[in-house]
Amino acid sequence: MLTRLRPARLLPVFFATIWLVIVVAPLYYMVLASFRAQADYMTDNPWIPSSGLTFSSYSTVFAAGLGHDLVNSVIVTVVCIVLTVVLSLGAAFRIIRRNSRWVGASFSVILFGLAIPVQAIVVPLYILMVKMHLYDTLYALILTLTAAAIPVSVLIMVSFVRDIPRELISAILIDGGTEWTVFRQLIWPLSRPVMATLAIYNGLNVWNNFLLPLVLTTSNNKAVLPLGLTTLSGSLTGANTPAELAGVLLTALPLVVLFIFMRRQVMNSLGGIVAR
Amino acid sequence: MTAHVSARDAVGTSTTAVPLRRQRGGGSGLPSGKGGGLADILGVGPPVVLFLLFIVVPMIVAIALSFTTWNGVGNPTWAGLSNWSKFFGDPTAHSSIWITIQIVVLSYVIQTPISIGLGLFTAGKQRYRTVYATIFVLPLLLSTAGIALMWESFLDPTFGALVPFFSQSWLSDPNSQLYALILIIAWQFIPFHTLLYAVGRRQVPAVLYEAARIDGAGPVQMFWKVTLPQLRYTFVTSGILMVTGSLTYFDIIYIMTKNTPGTQNLSLDMYVTAFSATEFGYSSVLAVVLGVVGIAVAVGLVRFSGFGRMQSQQEGVN
Repeated sequence: MLTRLRPARLLPVFFATIWLVIVVAPLYYMVLASFRAQADYMTDNPWIPSSGLTFSSYSTVFAAGLGHDLVNSVIVTVVCIVLTVVLSLGAAFRIIRRNSRWVGASFSVILFGLAIPVQAIVVPLYILMVKMHLYDTLYALILTLTAAAIPVSVLIMVSFVRDIPRELISAILIDGGTEWTVFRQLIWPLSRPVMATLAIYNGLNVWNNFLLPLVLTTSNNKAVLPLGLTTLSGSLTGANTPAELAGVLLTALPLVVLFIFMRRQVMNSLGGIVAR
Repeated sequence: MTAHVSARDAVGTSTTAVPLRRQRGGGSGLPSGKGGGLADILGVGPPVVLFLLFIVVPMIVAIALSFTTWNGVGNPTWAGLSNWSKFFGDPTAHSSIWITIQIVVLSYVIQTPISIGLGLFTAGKQRYRTVYATIFVLPLLLSTAGIALMWESFLDPTFGALVPFFSQSWLSDPNSQLYALILIIAWQFIPFHTLLYAVGRRQVPAVLYEAARIDGAGPVQMFWKVTLPQLRYTFVTSGILMVTGSLTYFDIIYIMTKNTPGTQNLSLDMYVTAFSATEFGYSSVLAVVLGVVGIAVAVGLVRFSGFGRMQSQQEGVN
């Protein structure tokens, strides 16, 4: 139906291509730079690959301890994902069952948290963690990041779980099943897609979070990747930009791998998380 | 299957529980199975405790601390309203507020039209558009810290990628640094909002375009009369996320230009006052302002946009 409007069809492609260049240019620059020797980086044209391609920057950042940060990040992210998904599914199940008044009330309370910005509470969180003797531990990150993820996760879970037909729930109950049977045989298996969505969405947020690790940890062996990246330049000899950029790419590598295998799922999860 | 969250729920913080209750008709009419009480405690207890302890209590503590003087050692001392009166006469705070406003407004004005355009473009079914869409997502895979380091070296005035074309210190020149940051923030967040609009556009029923075409509407009219009205949920949701997000924006500014007053927004001011100057009392004033404005903006946008009143997105279809 649009075939008669050739020039008008080209305009969107033109603007989209400009944006494509804006997205790709810094990434291209970064990949090239990460494979340059430190000396080549200072002399060579930034847009053309250097003649001597080298992986040395990548081994340099591992030597500087980014591998340890990677382990910390993986621990924090995996534990947060599991906690958030399990806790929010459990809460959503009880909220839709509406057994008691206080369950409904706690749902309203949790929803209020959607509007509280975490930036406003970092000082009390810092004090709280010091008092609980959890300051500078991964526990501090896991607890706060999970708490921060709970409101939006519970909301998403509730709006999914309440679409599960109530006839199915009654059928199990009439057959003599308990609430636990309902959860195990019905809610859990049916919620797999939304669990994946939440895992991806919260996983990205936790993996990339910067402010809470900055405030709640201080020693190098507790640093997660985003924090490790910003202190990396201090532990390198001289101004080693190629190594810093190699660090950035290594940080993104797990997500890139995930993205390659689950592109559609990732895009639908992120886009569908709030859209209807 | 994707998560099915109505944007109305996602933003209607104070009113959400009401429609839920109405649809369901209290008590759900279902028999409650054995072990319901225990299940309630096990299911709702842990997330509520986590949330109260690490989100609600800290917010209350922040409010309380804003009336004290404390450097983190010993006990806070009561200071009455002195922190608050200091805030109203503090030129640094006023500058942070002005910079925050600029970041919010410019971010919204830059990101919204680009995200709509790219979202509609990538919603198309042609193969090449899928390729574009995939590449557009790439910035989302980088951490904020990574994005900051990448742009820092990209814009480096000596070795950066723009050296062959310009000799400009984009990030240290007071005339350009704030705008450079706002553009980098746009680079980071446009991909997410593009995804929102793309998903929103794909959910517009094709029959609406068919009807508009039969009525003789051209592509421009279809955009204004069909696409935009149908995307209003996405528009409001994306707008609220954009505004509340840029209001409290911290990471990139902290990493790239932390010691320059010309880019210090309210979040950074709060952080510096707390952790560099160790004035926990005064920093709590800034935190409370941030929190209250954040909540007010979120709730205000919901009300102002008439979001609570909107009925079905499919109206006109049935």
